[in-house]
Amino acid sequence: MATTKRTSPPFERAGLSDEQLVGMLRTMLLQRMLENRGFQLNRQGKIPFASASEGHEGVQAGAAMAFARGRDLLFPYYRDLGLALGVGLTPYEVLLSLFARAADLSGGRQFPHHYASRRLGIATISSIIAAQLSHAVGAAYAFRVRGEAGRAVLTTFGDGATSEGEWHESVNFAAVHKLPIVLLCENNEWAISTPLAKQMGQPDIWRRAAGYGLPSTCVDGMDPVACYLAVSDALDRARTGGGPTLVEAKCYRFLAHTTDDDDRTYRSREEVEAHRRDDPVPNFERRLTEAGILSPDGLEHLKAELLAEINEATDRAEAMPYPDGEELHRNVYADSTDPWR
Amino acid sequence: MAVSSPTQTTQLMNNVDAVRATLYDAMKNDPRTVILGEDVGARGNVFLITKDFSKEFGPQRVIDTPIAEASIVGIAVGMAMEGLRPIAEIQFADFIYPAFNQIVGEAAKTRYRSNGEYTCPLVIRTPYGGGVRGALSHSVSIEALFYHVPGLKILAPAFPADVKGLLNAAIDDPDPVLFLEHKKTYRLIKGEVPDGHYTIPIGKANVLKEGTALTVVSYGLYVHWALEAAQQLADEGISVEVIDLRSIRPMDKTAILQSVEKTRKLLIVHEDNKFGGIGAEISAMVAEEALFSLDAPIRRHCAPDVPAMGYAEPLEHEYMSSPAKIADAMRELARF
Repeated sequence: MATTKRTSPPFERAGLSDEQLVGMLRTMLLQRMLENRGFQLNRQGKIPFASASEGHEGVQAGAAMAFARGRDLLFPYYRDLGLALGVGLTPYEVLLSLFARAADLSGGRQFPHHYASRRLGIATISSIIAAQLSHAVGAAYAFRVRGEAGRAVLTTFGDGATSEGEWHESVNFAAVHKLPIVLLCENNEWAISTPLAKQMGQPDIWRRAAGYGLPSTCVDGMDPVACYLAVSDALDRARTGGGPTLVEAKCYRFLAHTTDDDDRTYRSREEVEAHRRDDPVPNFERRLTEAGILSPDGLEHLKAELLAEINEATDRAEAMPYPDGEELHRNVYADSTDPWR
Repeated sequence: MAVSSPTQTTQLMNNVDAVRATLYDAMKNDPRTVILGEDVGARGNVFLITKDFSKEFGPQRVIDTPIAEASIVGIAVGMAMEGLRPIAEIQFADFIYPAFNQIVGEAAKTRYRSNGEYTCPLVIRTPYGGGVRGALSHSVSIEALFYHVPGLKILAPAFPADVKGLLNAAIDDPDPVLFLEHKKTYRLIKGEVPDGHYTIPIGKANVLKEGTALTVVSYGLYVHWALEAAQQLADEGISVEVIDLRSIRPMDKTAILQSVEKTRKLLIVHEDNKFGGIGAEISAMVAEEALFSLDAPIRRHCAPDVPAMGYAEPLEHEYMSSPAKIADAMRELARF
C-alpha cells in the first residue's frame, strides 16, 4: 500500500510535457481567479452566493490531467470547480452558473459549481454530502455489466463526506465488486466549522482503505504533479481491471466555506496563514518558472490572458437573460408535471 | 388495458407470480435490466420472486447487495444515469427509510436539477402493508411519505393483471417509479393475466364496480375488501361504485370526479394513516373541483393515527380494517 508524504522533489514532471504542465497551471489560475470573481460579484450584490475551493487547485488540476476525457466519468462534489475546468468546462459556463442564467448547464436551477454535462462526462450532483458516491459506484458497475473495459469512474469528496454512512456503503460495495473506480478524498481539514479532530478518531483517511481490502495512496494535495501521479496510477489500475483505489490528497481550505460563512468564528488567522506557505498556486508558478518551463513574462502574460477571458465571460454572462419563470415547470418528468390525470 | 392482441391467451396467477413473470421477461428481453437488493440472488428474494434468476441471468445482473438500503437505491440511481435499467428491491417497505434521501433528494430530482441532461429510469419495488402479523417493522404503508414528491411516480396495483401491466409500464418509464406490492395480496389474490408484453397507462384508475349510491376510492388490499363490502351492500339494495386507483402519483382525477358527479357521495378507504394520507389529497381535490356535486361530507375510512400495527393479534385487528368495517362505513355514508 503505497503512501506518499508531503515531499516535493526538486522537480518531478511525471512524464508530463511542458504544455501539460503549463496547462495544469492554467487550470489552477483559472480556478482561483474565477472563484475570486464569484466572491467579488457576491460582494457587489450581483449574485446571491459563491463558494470557495481556494487551496484545492493542486489536487484538482492533477486529477483532471489524469482523467481521460470522452472515456472516464466524473462524479464530483460541489467544491470541484478546478476539476470541472480541467476536464473542459469553460469560464463562460462558470459565469453562467454564478449568474444563474437561462443558458447555464442546469438552466439556472442549481447552486454554482454543480455542473452536469454528458459532453464532458460530468454527472449531475446535489449538495447532499456523499450522495454522489453511490451513483459513482453504480456507474462503474454499469461499465462492468456492458463489458466496457478501459473506462473508469473518478469520484471526489471532502473529508466531511467520509463521516456519512453512504460513504462507507459505497466504498464497501466498490470493494466487494472490485469496480473500476477511483475514490479521491480532497481532505481540507474542515467540514465547514468542524475540524478533523472532531470528525474522526485518526486523521488519515487513506488508512481506512485497509479495512475494506482496498489499496490506497496518500499524497500532498498541494502538489499538482504528485496528485496527477497518484490519480493517474489509480485510474490506470481501475481501467485495467485492478479495481478501486482510495486516494487521499491532503490540502487546505483557505477561505470560508461559502460567502455566507465566517471562518473567523471557528479557526485562527494564524492557522490559515501558516498553511499559506503551502499555497499550491504560487508554489507551482515558482516551480515552473524556476525550472524554465515558463518565463516570468510568460506567466504574467498567461495571467493577463486569463483575466481578460474571465472579464469577457463575466460581461457576456451578465448580459444573458435569466430563465423565464415558466422554466420552473419543465423537466420534472419526461411527460406531464401535473400529478392529476 | 393496452393488450397487444384481442385474442390474447391468459394464465391464472397470483400477485407474486405476476411480479415474478414480469421481472423475468424484463431480464430476458433487455440486457440493460439488472435487479439489486437484499437476498435477491441465491435466496431468490424472501418471497421467492426472483428464485433461480441468478442461475439463469448470472450474479452480475441479479445482485445480492450488502444490507445497505441507501446505497441500494443510490447505486441504482447511478446505474440508471449511466444507461442501465435497474430494478432495485427494498426487502420490506419498512426498511426504505435509510434510502429516503436517495429517493427524494436524488432519484426524483435527477432530471430536474440537470434540466434534462441526466435522467433516472429506475424502478424501486417493495412489499408493503399489513394483515400478516408483520408487527411494527414488516407491515407499514409508506405511500404518503413519498406521494408528496414531484419527480416520483407511485404505483400500487391490487390485481395480478394490473401488477404485470403496471410493472411493465414502470420498467419502460423514463423516470423513477416506486412500485408498491401489498404483501398480503401476494398469494391471496389470483386472476387471469394476459400472455405477452403489455402495459397499463400510469395514472389511470379502474372502475371495478359501477354503482349509484356512493363512490368508494381505494387501492391495494383494501380494494378487495371494498369490493366484498360492496357486494354485501348490493344484497341490501345499496349500489356502490368501487374505484381502484392503481396509480397514486399521478392520480386519476377524471375517474374520481366522473364517479362523484354521478353518485354525489365519496368514501376514501386506505390502510395508511388518515392524517395527511392519500385520502386527504383526494378530499381536497374533490372539495376544490366538485363541492357542489356532493350530497354528503366526504368520508375517510383509514387507519388510526398510531405509528404502526402491533404484533399481538388484537393490536393488528384494531389497526386493520375489514370487509365488515368497510361495509359499515359505506352504510353510514349511504344513509346520510
